[in-house]
Amino acid sequence: MIAPDWFREDRLPHIYCTGCGNGTVLNCTLAAVEELGWTRNETAFVSGIGCSSRAPGYILADSLHTTHGRALAFATGVKLARPDLNVVVFTGDGDLAAIGGNHFIHACRRNVDMTVVCMNNQIYGMTGGQGSPTTPQGAISTTTPYGSTEPAFDLAELAVAAGANYVARWTSYHVKELTKAIATGMQTPGFAFIEVRTQCPTNFGRRNKLRQIPDMIDYLRSHAMHVAKYNRLLEEGAEVPEGTFSVGELVRRKRPAMGVRQ
Amino acid sequence: MSRLEFMQGNAACAEGALAAGCRFFGGYPITPSTEIAETMARRLPNVGGVFISMEDELASIAAVIGAAWTGTRAMTATSGPGFSLMMENIGYAAMTETPCVIVNVQRGGPSTGQPTRAAQGDMFQCRFGSHGDYSTIALTPNSVQEMFDLTVKAFHLADRFRVPTFVMADEIVGHMRERVTIPDTVDITPPAPLAEGALPFEAGEDGVPGFAPFGSGRSVHVTGLTHNEQGYPDTTDPGTHDRLVRRLVTKIESARREIADYVVTNPDAETVFVTYGPPSRTVEQVMRDHPDESVGHLRLRLVWPFPEFALQEFPNAQVFLMPELNLGQMVREVQRHVDQPVISIPKIGGDLHTPAELLRALEAHR
Repeated sequence: MIAPDWFREDRLPHIYCTGCGNGTVLNCTLAAVEELGWTRNETAFVSGIGCSSRAPGYILADSLHTTHGRALAFATGVKLARPDLNVVVFTGDGDLAAIGGNHFIHACRRNVDMTVVCMNNQIYGMTGGQGSPTTPQGAISTTTPYGSTEPAFDLAELAVAAGANYVARWTSYHVKELTKAIATGMQTPGFAFIEVRTQCPTNFGRRNKLRQIPDMIDYLRSHAMHVAKYNRLLEEGAEVPEGTFSVGELVRRKRPAMGVRQ
Repeated sequence: MSRLEFMQGNAACAEGALAAGCRFFGGYPITPSTEIAETMARRLPNVGGVFISMEDELASIAAVIGAAWTGTRAMTATSGPGFSLMMENIGYAAMTETPCVIVNVQRGGPSTGQPTRAAQGDMFQCRFGSHGDYSTIALTPNSVQEMFDLTVKAFHLADRFRVPTFVMADEIVGHMRERVTIPDTVDITPPAPLAEGALPFEAGEDGVPGFAPFGSGRSVHVTGLTHNEQGYPDTTDPGTHDRLVRRLVTKIESARREIADYVVTNPDAETVFVTYGPPSRTVEQVMRDHPDESVGHLRLRLVWPFPEFALQEFPNAQVFLMPELNLGQMVREVQRHVDQPVISIPKIGGDLHTPAELLRALEAHR
């Protein structure tokens, strides 16, 4: 286990299903925290509702497990009132992009100094596998039994467009790259958004021909394309294979930010 | 030394908040409360505080709760539609025992209703508006002076009981201009700190746990889920839920006498007006114009938790008359606590009762 000092062992057993990617993302985040030498007295974790948002409950630090979709608004209050605290938010695709979509774009616009790790499993996992704003077109869920007909959100591109200072996307397969991206986000003043495509074998894979846990991880690995290559394909007008998504650092910039420690 | 000012109620509310040590305001513009946000936007940066205009009222109350968990006194102000949007997070504040102040400058509803006219239509919403069982505290100013004083008191009570506390104002006291005495300092006690070795949601006899804000080194986990004394989710054990929610209600309800704030006039009276907020001004006018010791007045400066014992201050009461700017809300609370007839004198649309209207009611029911 990475960062045992940050783990609330008395909270075991955790709620995550066998094969869930969220534990990997939690581990990578704590590895980044350790790498930066943050202490628990100066760090607060905030989350909304959903599987992703249970993560702060396993971390030995001040943590605010809030209401569905509102984590970024709560975190904005924490950070602006106490800029000397490091603020990390865990959220998911339903929490961030559906019910919390408005807070997401405004937090990016304000560029509040915090690091947001979004565990995007493309499904409402905790409630049993309903279609979310990132469920791919054609995917089966309990509320899209004939295949989702809605186009999906690209969360990382949304964060770039809305003004976040740092945006990266990786998967739960890319643990080294992900850890580095989270650490870079933490060190970048302003709003850092790290989207993590992660597997939900129980509620996504099971219904979408990815029943075995390794199948899901292999899917993430094989459909991730580095952003430089991905953009080059787009520029050349070449076809991007279906289901392929870009990974890597999408933006790092110095727009004016709020709540930066003086 | 104190200073005399002539100011608007909403501005006095903001000044009261600042005097009480409020250093964070998260809000969203809405008539008729907007001057509170505007005053805070102008004043907070000068005292080292933070003002932020959030993207909506859901975010406003969320940011306030977040700021409150850093140990900062925090407030928002809104009116009907915004108040409705805040309800879920108000329940979160109650569940997580977050000290914060919510000002509702009430306007006519339901829905968008009458943005520029006064009402007292949200009196039950502030008590029961979020889902589940909980208790809160609600103050009801009737003057610009009380917009200052009761806002200060709201911060004091929020800290004392770790509970979201409401200033249930309305368009009349919000926009009225009167003389205000602003003291140099106000009495306000910070929340009791979390004792060494105590669990973060472990309460003593008064039911109020000590407070360890973020950054104080206690690694507190705060959740809206049913939680045990350690703050950890425990959502299926009936005992944990019963213990927690019963304490959230009892810590407020059992302190009703400590919290109560009311004014008694003519306790020997047989006919007694019961009021809160601006209708009390009309009753006072009637009593000034027609002195009569058989007419009494119970003016509530605080309606939740409801101080039912205040009604016993009138042992000779034959009838209670209750003018409200709604179709009869708090009158139900009075009715369930007394055997005498309780007459509702409702008025909606935005105008205060006239003295003539209350005189007619008085003659009809005495």
